[in-house]
Amino acid sequence: MTTLNLRPSAVRRRLAAARDYLIMAVVAIIMVAPIYYLIIGSFKPSEEVLNGFGGFLPVNLSFDNYLAAFEALSSDATGYFWRFFFNSFVISFVIVVAGLIVNSMAGYAFARLNWIGRDNVFVLIVLLIIVPFESIAIPLTWLMSGQRDTLFVQMIPFIGNAFSVFLFYTFFLNIPKSLEEAARLDGLGSWGVFLRIVVPNAKPAFATVAILTFLSSWGQFLWPLLMTSDPAVRPLPLQMSVFSGQLPPDWGEVFAFGTLLVLPVLIVFLIFQRFFIQSVAGSALKG
Amino acid sequence: MAESALAPAIAASSSRFRRVRRPRSNRDDTAGILMSLPAVLGLIAFIAVPFFAAVALSLFNVQVNQIRPAVFVGLDQYIRLFTDPVVSGAFLRSLLNNFVFAIVVIPVQTGLALLLAVLLNRKLRSVRFFRTFFFMPVVFPMALVAVIWRLILDRSSDGLLNSSVSFITGGLVPAQDWLGSSATALGSVILLSIWQGVGFQMVIILAGLQDIPEERYEAARLDRANGWQQFIHVTIPGVRNTLIFVLLLTTIMAFRVYDQAYILIRTGGANENATQTVLYQATNALSADNNLGRASAISVFLFVVVVIITLIQRRMLRQRSED
Repeated sequence: MTTLNLRPSAVRRRLAAARDYLIMAVVAIIMVAPIYYLIIGSFKPSEEVLNGFGGFLPVNLSFDNYLAAFEALSSDATGYFWRFFFNSFVISFVIVVAGLIVNSMAGYAFARLNWIGRDNVFVLIVLLIIVPFESIAIPLTWLMSGQRDTLFVQMIPFIGNAFSVFLFYTFFLNIPKSLEEAARLDGLGSWGVFLRIVVPNAKPAFATVAILTFLSSWGQFLWPLLMTSDPAVRPLPLQMSVFSGQLPPDWGEVFAFGTLLVLPVLIVFLIFQRFFIQSVAGSALKG
Repeated sequence: MAESALAPAIAASSSRFRRVRRPRSNRDDTAGILMSLPAVLGLIAFIAVPFFAAVALSLFNVQVNQIRPAVFVGLDQYIRLFTDPVVSGAFLRSLLNNFVFAIVVIPVQTGLALLLAVLLNRKLRSVRFFRTFFFMPVVFPMALVAVIWRLILDRSSDGLLNSSVSFITGGLVPAQDWLGSSATALGSVILLSIWQGVGFQMVIILAGLQDIPEERYEAARLDRANGWQQFIHVTIPGVRNTLIFVLLLTTIMAFRVYDQAYILIRTGGANENATQTVLYQATNALSADNNLGRASAISVFLFVVVVIITLIQRRMLRQRSED
């Protein structure tokens, strides 16, 4: 280390950096430890999962828990392993795709089109943003009691989303108007301008809304808890709670199931990390 | 307005006169209404209508699947939440739990999120690697987080937390029933909630930090401000609005807590009295007591709390802009 700079200011800077790294490393370990515990536990014999620090050791690993979880969830009474994944995929997919379509259209109608009653309806949408779903879930169970135990009831309330409309609205406001005006002079109508000019220029907005919607729909718990009792339509997070509550619990199987539950989100997150983080940050600053 | 049949024709013809700029032309009526209709109808049907249904139902003594007609009771459901000895004990305890949750989580989680955001903003090497880890728990569904932590917090000496405490203290502290004991149950729920949520606040604050112009720090350094003084006089004022927003989010979140409380009480042996929340009371009123009226009253109460918090936040933001 012949180039080591020993001026006081440089030393201080190095010490500060060392302190920062130390804090970050400690926090990173705390954040990752439970995730590591989940994943390694899913490969360990069940009796070694809840075993003090032994639960952390990567020994005796196998896929047995995954096979056993699959076996344990293979009857009408318990529900079928793949069915839970199918349910969650279908529910999230429909909510995300239908949500992108209807909320982007509405966002555009509020941001750019001039139609009767627009401003009043927009005030209504903005007011609805503050109504938490939790405060209307119970009367909604009463209103939708005819659709209990369906996939439909788990998707339909979440397709129209006031906050998504608002995010699209703010994004569309910032697209240069000249683009749209040029397209209109070329003879495109409102729909044409929206589909050919606005949508292709709003990929970040679509990505943000898709990510936020996917995160919340994949993790949904309260609504399916209130509206389903049939394992055939049960989504993953609810099954997670049912599975972990079975006596005696088999922690290896529960962790295998949990790992598979989070795997799709985790993979999407690791690939599109920058988008995830920007989405969350951006959504908040606009809201 | 002849919006139905004539509107397309009007829209088509008036679009030719675009550059004339007629202020009152409504040339997008059909498209505007059609484009907004699906979302607006959905929101009315699934947010607005149930909201008014909640208000209406809360004024009745009404049960699910009951032949007996609903009886109008006015504000009785609300009054009973606070005065009826059968109901109010659990309800007030739930409310207290939500308040304690908020009072602990707001400073701890926001403070931690601010610390992490400041560290990440120093732009040290491999900072993105750390950011990934800090944010990762955010993508974990709360139902899974509750189950993982239920094992970490297990009351046997084989629980990870008990092993760690025993290791650190050299076996002096015996195994604790973290979730079952009324003293530590809520703290445990708070701990796992912060673990899951801190990354969310962190990236919001980080985005706020990155918007602070570098010149302000340079100016502060010219004034010989040290690191701490820069933090107090440049960083904090620079992210003030972001912090207010994060406080709002965190407070509202604290009153919506449900998944982890439900799962830990039902399957994790958590102390029910110490960890139940207002929303837990609402679903209990429905599922255990079949009391739709009271469940709705609690829902409306929850809504009012959230609105009050939001209004306070708006006020704080406005004060800032008037400064």
